[in-house]
Amino acid sequence: MKNKLNVSASPHIRSRETTATIMRDVVIALTPAALFGVYQFGLRALVILVLSMTSCVLSEYIYKKLMKIPGNGYECSALVTGLLLGMNLSANVPYWIPILGGVFAIVVVKMLFGGLGQNFMNPALAARCFLLISAGKPMTSFAVEKIEAGSAAQLIISGAAGLDGVSSATPLAVIKTGESASLFDMFFGFTGGTIGETSAFLILIGACYLLMRRVISLRIPATYLISFVLFMGLCGGHGFDAEYLAMQVCGGGLMLGAFFMATDYVTSPITPKGKLLFGIFLGILTGIFRVYGGSAEGVSYAIIIGNLLVPLIEKITFPKSFGKGGKVNV
Amino acid sequence: MSKATFRGGVHMYDGKDLSKDKPTAILWPKGELVFPMEQHIGAPAKPVAEVGDKVLVGQRIGEASAFVSAHVISSVSGTVKAIEKRRMVSGAMCDSIVIENDGEYNTIEGFGEKRDYTGLSKEEIRRCVQDAGIVGMGGAGFPTHIKLTPKRDDAIDYVIVNGAECEPYLTSDYRMMLEESEKLVAGLKIMLCLFENAKGIILIEDNKPDAIRKLSELVKNEDCIKVKVAKTKYPQGAERQAIYAATGRKINSSMLPADVGCVVDNVDTVISIYMAVAESTPLIRRIITVTGDAIANPQNFSVRTGTAYSELISAAGGFTVTPEKVISGGPMMGTALFELNLPVTKTSSALLAMAKDNVAELPTTACIRCGRCISVCPSRLVPQRMMECAEHFDNAGFLGLDGMECYECGSCTYVCPAGRRLTQAIKQTRRSILDERRKK
Repeated sequence: MKNKLNVSASPHIRSRETTATIMRDVVIALTPAALFGVYQFGLRALVILVLSMTSCVLSEYIYKKLMKIPGNGYECSALVTGLLLGMNLSANVPYWIPILGGVFAIVVVKMLFGGLGQNFMNPALAARCFLLISAGKPMTSFAVEKIEAGSAAQLIISGAAGLDGVSSATPLAVIKTGESASLFDMFFGFTGGTIGETSAFLILIGACYLLMRRVISLRIPATYLISFVLFMGLCGGHGFDAEYLAMQVCGGGLMLGAFFMATDYVTSPITPKGKLLFGIFLGILTGIFRVYGGSAEGVSYAIIIGNLLVPLIEKITFPKSFGKGGKVNV
Repeated sequence: MSKATFRGGVHMYDGKDLSKDKPTAILWPKGELVFPMEQHIGAPAKPVAEVGDKVLVGQRIGEASAFVSAHVISSVSGTVKAIEKRRMVSGAMCDSIVIENDGEYNTIEGFGEKRDYTGLSKEEIRRCVQDAGIVGMGGAGFPTHIKLTPKRDDAIDYVIVNGAECEPYLTSDYRMMLEESEKLVAGLKIMLCLFENAKGIILIEDNKPDAIRKLSELVKNEDCIKVKVAKTKYPQGAERQAIYAATGRKINSSMLPADVGCVVDNVDTVISIYMAVAESTPLIRRIITVTGDAIANPQNFSVRTGTAYSELISAAGGFTVTPEKVISGGPMMGTALFELNLPVTKTSSALLAMAKDNVAELPTTACIRCGRCISVCPSRLVPQRMMECAEHFDNAGFLGLDGMECYECGSCTYVCPAGRRLTQAIKQTRRSILDERRKK
């Protein structure tokens, strides 16, 4: 043998999945809901999304350059953060909002704590909450008029043009005041809200893609939604009224939060049982915020509070090793 | 019948199609053969031949030197050329007996004589196994006669033949289950003679339907033996996972299979037991899968122990391209080799030549806490945390995570999307802890 052979410790083969392919899958899964947001809220929504993504990617790039952090291939995680942040903003916000949000998400929440894998809160949600607190007014004005039942068909024909104009409440806020909204519109997304949260249907399609690709498991989303529904049934004041519960599930950021943000690897428990506990906790917390809180929403806060409890959840759900405590039978 | 399985594990490209449909060829060695004195777990054997001695096929050339040790048997006839340090697969140098093969294969007296095993006492069977130098051929190389001598024979209720063969590319056990199925069943019956309360289970993964069919047909009239089908998943063939799949019982690293009433042996070991007891033939051959995308004609070979790996490569038609990596064993747990002038030992199982080494340039990025390593770990550990401990040389923390329960199957590293070398870091820490313990 003239040529030298490579020597390394086993294993000598790897799966093809990498961090970059996972992030790419998340972007693909978010695309339908994001595109629907653009269709529904107009080009302004697209500008917000692009600004938010650019801000995140650039912040990371500049931070790494300034801090002389060596690049090890680009894994697109900032792109996902940017897309999620944009989808969590109203299309009505001034342009500086997504830019500031992106910088906050990447620099303050992620990079200052050590970069990818080290952030203790979901960067996109932390930035959203930061913006909600510091710029409450633009963040909660939704550029959609109150949708009447049966307006869906009209919307399909006229697209975003038919919706321009008056700021109004989201369907959840409408329900909270005791009025009713159309479940059909809420499921398919012909309602007010942030760019990416309105269409439960398209979010579910994206979620199915991620489940099929095994990027996420049902552990967190399923326990989140089930515990939320149970809590709302018991404490929501409407009993187990199917229509009310379905509206609560489809409304607001719950679907987007349950499938795309609560499942964020870095900020959710790594242990299998911890994921279940985390989902249950989020469901109850979201319920408490929606029923007893001042706002109709609660998903963002529930998830970032849940993020803070992750180390404790992992501690109490640490798996027992195979055969531990096994007794000799002979 | 529901298929047996375990929690965790991975599915990967198995590469078995390369070699699985070709019959096993016999390889007659040329030139010198090398017999290391350490081909098993335990004390090395003591050479009992001198330079210049004439030896015969089946002659004992190394004698077990302690309770946990095994004899080494010559697989050819010829002259002892040297007794010196030679390199083994692990990279270590080991006292070895080098025999110049005379190509005549003259055997010792009584070699190959048929024997009726039903009339033998337990002691006689164990003596045959011990004299034949049989060790566990699944890879660990634990002396089989010790495994077959638990504290109480009547406490063993299962004898499990491990035919899972979960390592990718390997097909030697599969070929043996097809080609020597009668010997396999007879070997299992011999083992059952030792344990009056035991039932035999042949565990086979469902990607080997031919072997399942053939063996099921063969044991359909046996009350005490059944074939159990397991889902194809790596590492189903690991001893702890095999026991769990076959019986639902769990053992940890500080227990032996016998502690839960089980004796587990690999397919080739069981056939070797048959050969030793019923045909007076000691362990002098190994079935080796020579495969990989750099090999011209991948196939299985019946090889005399002591044969050089380089001869296996030529027998399989040589390399089609210069391989970047050559592995002794499977791609998940095998050892990468830097030279091929190494002897086939009792625990060799495969020679895999890969044209491209895909892991060499794989970048390592930050852990994203995806949890894949946890979900695939067959020992239900948290490799991500264990690696943190390993990186900080925190042996106490590592032990607190039950790190010693890891048997280095490689599943965590295989799935890690960040390309982190978890198994490698864990392996290093386990070695350092074992070394510390040995010093005390």
